[in-house]
Amino acid sequence: MSQAVVERLTAHFGERVLETSDAFGDHEVVVAIKDWAEVAQFMKDDSDLQMDHFIDLTAVDYPERESSRFDLLLMTRSSVTGARIRLRTYVKDGEEPGTLSGIWSGANWAEREVWDMFGIKFNGHPDMRRILLYDEFVGHPLRKDYPIDKAQPLVPYREVSDIDKLPPFGIEEGQPFARIDWESRLAGGDNQVSPAIGVQQGQRRTLSDSEAAQQIQARIKARMAQESAEGEASEDSAEEGSGQ
Amino acid sequence: MGQLKVIDGGGEVAVTTRLSDLLQWARKWSLFQYPFVTACCGMEFMATAAPRYDIARFGAEAPRFSPRQSDVLWVVGTISQRQGPAVRRIWEQMADPKWVIAFGTCASCGGFYDNYTTIPGVDKVIPVDVYIPGCPPRPEAVLDALMLLQDKIQANDRKPIIVPPRLVPERAPGRTREGNS
Repeated sequence: MSQAVVERLTAHFGERVLETSDAFGDHEVVVAIKDWAEVAQFMKDDSDLQMDHFIDLTAVDYPERESSRFDLLLMTRSSVTGARIRLRTYVKDGEEPGTLSGIWSGANWAEREVWDMFGIKFNGHPDMRRILLYDEFVGHPLRKDYPIDKAQPLVPYREVSDIDKLPPFGIEEGQPFARIDWESRLAGGDNQVSPAIGVQQGQRRTLSDSEAAQQIQARIKARMAQESAEGEASEDSAEEGSGQ
Repeated sequence: MGQLKVIDGGGEVAVTTRLSDLLQWARKWSLFQYPFVTACCGMEFMATAAPRYDIARFGAEAPRFSPRQSDVLWVVGTISQRQGPAVRRIWEQMADPKWVIAFGTCASCGGFYDNYTTIPGVDKVIPVDVYIPGCPPRPEAVLDALMLLQDKIQANDRKPIIVPPRLVPERAPGRTREGNS
């Protein structure tokens, strides 16, 4: 079924189909960027294929790859035959593939999301704006070179250092997954700030390179052992009580 | 209420207190709330408001969907960077005295959304009085938070506070395997 789509595309486009693959039944066709919109249009219109269901459009960033930085992926399906196909092309930074929004209107927002997250513009798109993030945002966050801790607040953060507040959500507050400024907690300072701010201010280190983390873990272990010992003791007394 | 003085005048009894105590007492039992609900924690908020847990028992049953008429801002759920201006503006529109409750881990510290999308705790934008940990917190914790806030209002205390975890029932003092002793 899906194999037939690959064969049909290969027969029609010949050399312009660069690669085909079939990983666990997921059929894929790779084309050049100049053929991107044409192949999609053909898949939609051809009476054998009738790929009328636009599923998704996304991209993958390979910053270390020299030939072309992005993979652009189109997932599509035919509601008539049930065949699924994935169309892939390689996009250099700054290259503009043709838009698919005239073929499947669902591609309109998907292409805006790809622009928002990866910075790939689509040639001929009617409304090439950001869709999820705000206009003030600089950069494209799903590019691998976007700093993982970089936030771009619309409202300036309050000065948190001078307000008398408790630390949010450490292990002692019953949140074992909390990310904590371990050193300052151990030193007795309670002026913990949020993880993202901590990194921006150079206060936060990862858990693994911190000896303080091991000390805390040891403390928790000791406390749990003590609690379980107390629990057993109280259970023993309870049994004695019921026996009388 | 704070200091009470009972004056027994034979057949008639009068009770005196300080005006500020009386005022805070009135405030803490008539909290009009503004629910700023953005995410899954909203389900627990609804559960708390519904009859089984019944937040009306604490005088906080009236939601006001205008910030100008409300006393407590419940920030329930994840606050994205894009929502920051909205929540800040809503808080600014509320009339004093006003309080803020950060409901759930996301509103309190961003939770696991430690990236470009999310404000790491709504206290980065507006001051928070009570933090409720949990993902999401149970309605009991929400009621604990409301009672904590009432205590804070009565004491005129603006220091931020976290709702402490409740004891595990099996380990609570006074309980045995057979039940309450």
